[in-house]
Amino acid sequence: MGRQYLLYGAVMLEIEIDGQAAQVAEGSTVIEAAHQLGIYIPHFCYHKKLSIAANCRMCLVQVEKAPKPMPACATPVSPGMKIFTHSDMAIKAQKGVMEFLLINHPLDCPICDQGGECQLQDLAVGYGSSASRYQEEKRVVSNKDLGPLVSTDMTRCINCTRCVRFTQEIAGVMELGQAFRGEFAEIMPFVEKTVDSELSGNIIDLCPVGALTSKPFRFGARTWELSRRKSVSPHDGLGSNLIVQVLHNKVLRVLPLENEEINECWLSDKDRFSYEGLNSEQRLTKPMVKQDGKWIEADWAAALDYVSHALRDIAAKDGAESIGALLSPHATLEELYLAQKLLRGIGSENVDFRLRHSDFSADGKRAGTPWLGMKVAEVDKLDRVLLVGSFVRKDQPLLAQRLRKAVKRGARVSVLHASDDDLLFKPFAKAIAAPSQLPRLLAEVVKAAAESKGVAADAALSAIVPGESARKIAESLLEARQGAILLGNYAQQHPQAATLQALGHQLAEIAGIRLGFLGEAANSVGGYVAEALPKGQGLNAAQMLAQPRKAYVLLGTEPEMDTADGRAALAALEQAKTVVALTAFKSAAMLDYADVLLPIAPFAETSGTFVSTEGRVQSFYAVTKPQGDTRPGWKVLRVLGNLLEVAGFDYESSEQIRDEVLAGQDGFVSGLDNAASGVSLTLDVAASTFERVADVPLYFADALVRRAPSLQAARDAVAPTARLNAASLSSLGIAAGSLVRVRQGDASVQLLAELDGAVADGCVRIAAAHVDTVSLGAMFGSLSVERA
Amino acid sequence: MLSESSLKKIDREVAKYPAAQKQSAVMAALAIAQDEKGWLDKDTIACVADYLGMAPVAVYEVASFYNMYDLEPVGKYKLTVCTNLPCALSGGAHAAEYVKEKLGVDFNQTTADGRFTLKEGECLGACGDAPVMLVNNKRMCSFMTPMQIDKLIEECK
Ligand code: SF4
Ligand code: FES
Ligand code: FES
Repeated sequence: MGRQYLLYGAVMLEIEIDGQAAQVAEGSTVIEAAHQLGIYIPHFCYHKKLSIAANCRMCLVQVEKAPKPMPACATPVSPGMKIFTHSDMAIKAQKGVMEFLLINHPLDCPICDQGGECQLQDLAVGYGSSASRYQEEKRVVSNKDLGPLVSTDMTRCINCTRCVRFTQEIAGVMELGQAFRGEFAEIMPFVEKTVDSELSGNIIDLCPVGALTSKPFRFGARTWELSRRKSVSPHDGLGSNLIVQVLHNKVLRVLPLENEEINECWLSDKDRFSYEGLNSEQRLTKPMVKQDGKWIEADWAAALDYVSHALRDIAAKDGAESIGALLSPHATLEELYLAQKLLRGIGSENVDFRLRHSDFSADGKRAGTPWLGMKVAEVDKLDRVLLVGSFVRKDQPLLAQRLRKAVKRGARVSVLHASDDDLLFKPFAKAIAAPSQLPRLLAEVVKAAAESKGVAADAALSAIVPGESARKIAESLLEARQGAILLGNYAQQHPQAATLQALGHQLAEIAGIRLGFLGEAANSVGGYVAEALPKGQGLNAAQMLAQPRKAYVLLGTEPEMDTADGRAALAALEQAKTVVALTAFKSAAMLDYADVLLPIAPFAETSGTFVSTEGRVQSFYAVTKPQGDTRPGWKVLRVLGNLLEVAGFDYESSEQIRDEVLAGQDGFVSGLDNAASGVSLTLDVAASTFERVADVPLYFADALVRRAPSLQAARDAVAPTARLNAASLSSLGIAAGSLVRVRQGDASVQLLAELDGAVADGCVRIAAAHVDTVSLGAMFGSLSVERA
Repeated sequence: MLSESSLKKIDREVAKYPAAQKQSAVMAALAIAQDEKGWLDKDTIACVADYLGMAPVAVYEVASFYNMYDLEPVGKYKLTVCTNLPCALSGGAHAAEYVKEKLGVDFNQTTADGRFTLKEGECLGACGDAPVMLVNNKRMCSFMTPMQIDKLIEECK
């Protein structure tokens, strides 16, 4: 890091590498200069995204006038420097280093997962000799348990410390270190700890040897047997680019496809390991119809016929408005578009993809589609940020990584939230309060900013008196050259989400900064583009549950997990006459409430498009054939459209659908705008004790990741507990670790009480989207806690 | 977990560095912690890490790098014999053998009565005084002939 300033008009130096003249920026290293010329210098510890360690010595080159070979990764260029990467001196040095590296290496390539994609193996072919002169004993290093994702064979480690530097510099917390010294040096986590970072899988890619490999993939295949196909991650709003590796029509591994503008060379563990869910036993591979309470497998024609008749009957008898559609924000743009077109075609406006939202009062008042408000790559260039209601580290791990980068460069990031989670950087200022108080806190910041700048604040803020942290935050935002206020998933799911948006907009105007929404799901922007939300009299997601419909069409969602109120969702679905689920997976709950199950392809088995949080249009092809009788969702919806005689359903390909939706918007969609006007601000919600703080844990956030066994074994997937701070626990007279009964409305569950100093006063943090807590109901609201 | 007085001592070390560079005091803090606890177990290391705002594994790196820090319990007297080359050439190896025989323990072992732990040390920067020994990390003993060693061990009873 810290070399980016090169981009901005640095002094250029004339140098020569292997006889080729080059102009390189002052401050570059020899290895960077060589890469610029397309000259390869062997290396292990050097990585363009990590600090320079210069400990492997593989990159030794000859520099004119230098008496000994120099490490190219750590030698800055100087004017007139002449470098020889292939001279006798250089080659001899490189071969010497290789001999030393191999002295203690087990040379067990035939049983090593890295074989075929190993930098050490490749370079040993070029620089190693065919036999070793070293006859003595080799050292052996014990393996470490790093958790369910990363497998270790530490004897293969060459101590390059890339993994250590990654945890420290990119993941934000040093979970690995190099203990002991000399011959005894070992890479290890702190005694008996695992590596729990949400970005941990990247150390597998970074490790230049087979010391760190993928546990889920272990011994799955040889790299050369796999075919590689490009795809896009279906999880958070970032739209990370993937290389999906396939053998015999089965996805065996997912790696990052480098894209500096999006995921750089990284992937979050969710993006990397969720593919395991594709091969889950819960995959639905045949259409199924419930007859007299019994599930029977049906062929597509019969199942679709059943669906079209059922929907027609209900529309005829009860009116089309008694049909509602809940669409997953992880569905493709094409699926979302066809689903809304179908519903509207049969006369219902009840369609929504914003399943976890609970405030829809901005509908009709938004100036455009909510989006990040900037390019993803601009996030690390921000210098002043206010993060409102966001579990960003878990919700968008790679955006959190970019924020950390910004902080390293001196950005001041302040936080306004219901939980003071560790973001792995020190916030400049923070205001932590119960969920109901977040709008008021933000209003304080707006007011403080207005006062400080001497402009008039919204009249609705007249009674607001800014507190100290609000002033501190406002002051910092007013200094911004590149500032932003970012609304996280939690803010978007908040019962006063519209107020937060309107206040955010006011603040952005006053401080001259940008307002952004961190994309909750792969198609959080795409859903708006596809118009997969109600207009006019149509019911939104919450209304469809509060005012139960006769029939529901579900697209790629398990509403008990994926909506703002899983309990209400279950009740609504159970009372419905017909529930049609287009889904890749079945679950016990679904078998209970659904009447027809239509197997549609998950992202890896269909072509489609995601519009990322920055509005970027990313289309992808299927990487494998659909399993069993599964069909791409767009095809199923097209046939349903035909059967229901809705006009304009004659698509031949998903591209045709995409072109119809996007109508010439290329690369990035238009109509992105985070302003909202005419929202009436709700600021005076009384706090209640206790209020629920419900996060959506990252490995429960969607149907695919919920079925990825290795992620489910990770620390981030522990079962929900009732988390309270010390003051709350003592006011209740409850000891951490004891069983408590939590009541929310007339629902109650038993959970373990856990001490969590980050939770705001008067709040209980209980995760949503988990079977254990579904029965509690809404993500927001008051609850009581008592000893069980 | 560390006593008030140890923490006070650590504070004094921390004060020697800029506020943002608390971790610079890690070596001193570990030495203070070891003085109090006798050796550095993982909780003590975690405690130092927490106090200095460092990752526990970063502190562990330091504690495991230097052999004056003990990651396992040691006897009342920890005798470290330098066996690096200059010492080895001037009687250091013999001194080590003599101590081993006298105490009946090997390197990294503690006598049955818990009194002595024998360690092999790195250059103590006093090669001219070889053979060189260190008692409890703090007391340097030069020219350790068998007679001197007898005297030292007698003293440590
Ligand atoms: S485990 Fe791999 S990445 Fe880490 S230091 Fe060893 S060789 Fe390097
Ligand atoms: S790459 Fe230069 S020393 Fe390792
Ligand atoms: S070698 Fe023993 S003190 Fe230097």
